[in-house]
Amino acid sequence: MGTVYRVGPTLDASIALVAIAPFLAALLAPLTHRFVGSYCGWVLAIVPASIFMFLVKLIGPVIDKGFIAASIQWVPSYHLALSFYLDGLSLTFALTISGIGTLIVLYAGPYLAGHGHQGRFYSFLLAFMGAMLGLVLADNMLALFGFWELTAVTSFLLIGFDHTRQAARRAAIQALVVTNIGGLSLLLAVLVIQQLGGNWEISKLGALQGSALYPLVLALVLLAAFTKSAQVPFHFWLPNAMEAPTPVSAFLHSATMVQAGVYLLARLTPALGGTPEWTAILTIFGGVTLLWGGFAALKQTDMKQMLAQTTIASLGLLVLLIGIGSETAIAAMVVYFVAHALYKAGFFMLVGVIDHATGTRDITALGGLMGKLPLTFAAAVLAGLGMIGLPLTLGYLAKEEMYLALEQSDWRSIVLLLTVILGNGLLGAIALALVIKPFLGQFRSTPKPPHEGSFGLVAGPLLLGVLGLAGALATGWFGSTVLVPAASAVLGHATTSHLTLVPDFGGLVPFLSVLTWALGAVLFMQSGVIRAALRRSERSSWNFDAVFDALMFGLIRSAAAITRLFHHGRLELYLLIVFIGFAVAISAPLLLNHGYDGLLATADWVQLFGIRTVRPFEWAVLALAIAGLLILLFSFNRLVAVLALGIQGTATALIFLLFGAPDLAFTQFMVEILSVVVLALVITRLKLDERDRRPYEDLARDGIVALLCGVAVTLLLAVVLTGTLDTKLSDFFTATSVPIAHGRNIVNVILVDYRGLDTLGEISVVMGAGIAILGLLRRRRIVP
Amino acid sequence: MNTVIFRTIAPLIIAIMVMFSIYVCLRGHNEPGGGFIGGLIAAAAMAIFGMASGVAAVRTALKFDPLGFAGFGVLIAALSGLLSLYTGSPFLTSIWLYVSFGKNVVPFSTPALFDIGVYFVVFGTLTSIALALEDEGAE
Repeated sequence: MGTVYRVGPTLDASIALVAIAPFLAALLAPLTHRFVGSYCGWVLAIVPASIFMFLVKLIGPVIDKGFIAASIQWVPSYHLALSFYLDGLSLTFALTISGIGTLIVLYAGPYLAGHGHQGRFYSFLLAFMGAMLGLVLADNMLALFGFWELTAVTSFLLIGFDHTRQAARRAAIQALVVTNIGGLSLLLAVLVIQQLGGNWEISKLGALQGSALYPLVLALVLLAAFTKSAQVPFHFWLPNAMEAPTPVSAFLHSATMVQAGVYLLARLTPALGGTPEWTAILTIFGGVTLLWGGFAALKQTDMKQMLAQTTIASLGLLVLLIGIGSETAIAAMVVYFVAHALYKAGFFMLVGVIDHATGTRDITALGGLMGKLPLTFAAAVLAGLGMIGLPLTLGYLAKEEMYLALEQSDWRSIVLLLTVILGNGLLGAIALALVIKPFLGQFRSTPKPPHEGSFGLVAGPLLLGVLGLAGALATGWFGSTVLVPAASAVLGHATTSHLTLVPDFGGLVPFLSVLTWALGAVLFMQSGVIRAALRRSERSSWNFDAVFDALMFGLIRSAAAITRLFHHGRLELYLLIVFIGFAVAISAPLLLNHGYDGLLATADWVQLFGIRTVRPFEWAVLALAIAGLLILLFSFNRLVAVLALGIQGTATALIFLLFGAPDLAFTQFMVEILSVVVLALVITRLKLDERDRRPYEDLARDGIVALLCGVAVTLLLAVVLTGTLDTKLSDFFTATSVPIAHGRNIVNVILVDYRGLDTLGEISVVMGAGIAILGLLRRRRIVP
Repeated sequence: MNTVIFRTIAPLIIAIMVMFSIYVCLRGHNEPGGGFIGGLIAAAAMAIFGMASGVAAVRTALKFDPLGFAGFGVLIAALSGLLSLYTGSPFLTSIWLYVSFGKNVVPFSTPALFDIGVYFVVFGTLTSIALALEDEGAE
């Protein structure tokens, strides 16, 4: 790779703006919508469009220098830098995201015209775009993780945008849960990688294949990528995410969200790729996902669902290609990513147009729309060409590269080749269905009389279709400016493009292409039969969705069970647990660390507690305390017991006073008075029995716990007395209280000065507790 | 409890207690006392007031909800800490202390403000609890 290419601080700021500007636009979106209504798409599209233009200008430098790095400190103490790293791979993704994003923003204007929350929708959409751009540009792994999670959160908001429908809410939660499992896994992976490599930057990552923790890192990264990119068995959230408005689906399936997993795998290929495990896992999961998605798509009749399933298939194909990891395979991956993004976004938008125009998305209810929707039909043909992979499209180039990559004679390649051919055939069949069924044949009446979509709705898909052709026709340009930089970034070394539109009939590849098309045509012809067969074989008893639901309900049920176990509402048991915990907490550490050994060696208890030096009035105070204790123990009247507790507390306060702690004594007095008052009030309020009757076993249990606590505290104090008291802190406070804190009352100075922050926390807790108590009291009033 | 003697003497006791609580709060930095104990005394005064004259009278006399006093206290305490930001020191007290006393000859220091905040929190919280309980007991 080249050297670091820095163009001064202005570049830093502008690259950061690529990720930040969409968020700023998201903040302004509701305001914009208020002023210009459904035309706000035209205003807001300026943001992604300028990002796109800016990135286009960076293509040159990236090709020249290999990559551009820029870094802005964010939270230096946590090594969190907003460091950006723009190489061919991130640039390809970022261009796709911002380019398609521009068209989606334009499209959403007329699509959601008149919707009450269009401004909010734009906020979510732009924030989503920003998160995705940040994700592909981030160099710091923590920033990458942050953006990764942001895409999950913003997609949650987008999928559940129509939040009054239960299905939308469920789909949103499902997407969030599944992708967040991957998110947490990614966080762990990032932490482990950081520990192994010692830095947070992906660009400085060495090869980890030889590391002892490689299997762990690989498993974590793959879990993250597979959940995000909807690989079997985590694929089920993606079709459900169809609950989102169509512009979101178009964006989510083509350039963002699900592609984040693909990006992660491609990005980490130099660090993790190339091992037998990597190849085996990626090709197996990718291959299964490809076929799964292809067949599932054939089963559907809702066009949006068909497309969603083909996205799963395409994601599987991308993962499979990354798994193979050869130069040709990576080249195929890059071309296929671009081709797929173009045709998939186009198709989704077109389905939205058809849905708007006719009021249905069911492919069996549509036909003969070509005359009514000519522009839509043209765009569908363009997108379909790319999806089938007919010559002169990027899809064709991608398919040729794939077959070239798999044109080997070992059995694995042959299996993979057959898988890919079957997968491509299935995708071709779906593409044929999407182009032919709604538009050709006999016109069928629809819920709404069909009408051509407005310019804003049709322009995007048309442009994307044309780009799919243009990119392929400018083969050399595409190869050198998109393919080579991106593929080199994935492979970690320079590579060359050998894309060509001219089929090489000397090899096997063109014949495989023809075979694919033929297979697609046959599958399309027989799609009715196959669909019926697939639906028959579908077992309705369980599917991934049901398993997910069962897991979620199980989680909620077990949480409820645990809550009931610990939060049973019996105060006496809570108190029992608190006091047992207290006794254990202060005696167990001493027992375990031989803390009582010194105490037992002394054994002169009379000397230890200084009983001989106790003065007569001190004996009187002790007698008072003991009297309080005896009354407490033998009175079964609650009010008397509360008063006796007050006597005890007063005696304690007197002891504080006698031993020179007036502050403590003062506070203790007031606390005793107030607790007696409050307890008396509580007793009257709760209308308790005058007497406290408890079974003997309860008395014995509580008595034992009380004794344990008392003994533990006494022993603790005795241990403290036998040891030498560390007066470092008190000396410090005594020495510095007046000179630096200007106060002679050390207790108060500690409270308000030395430990001011603690006190602030404590008084907040006091207030919070007060609010809680008031809440409890008021609740009793409402619910008698 | 609601005897003539108690009702007659209570306002006097309460006035003395509240005055004393303020005194205790303000002297706290150098002599025994402080915001916490001051707040406790004032809250006890309010509890007695409530027993003698009824909760409604206390609420009228206080003008604001007692919990409002508590919130005000937290606010004052937090703001007194924030003052140190203007001198460029962190919120943490030990450093903020130097600045506050190195330049100031004003007798009302930020720790005193802080202590007044503590006073209000303790006073407000306990008063609101006591009043709520007395209120309920009267039903």
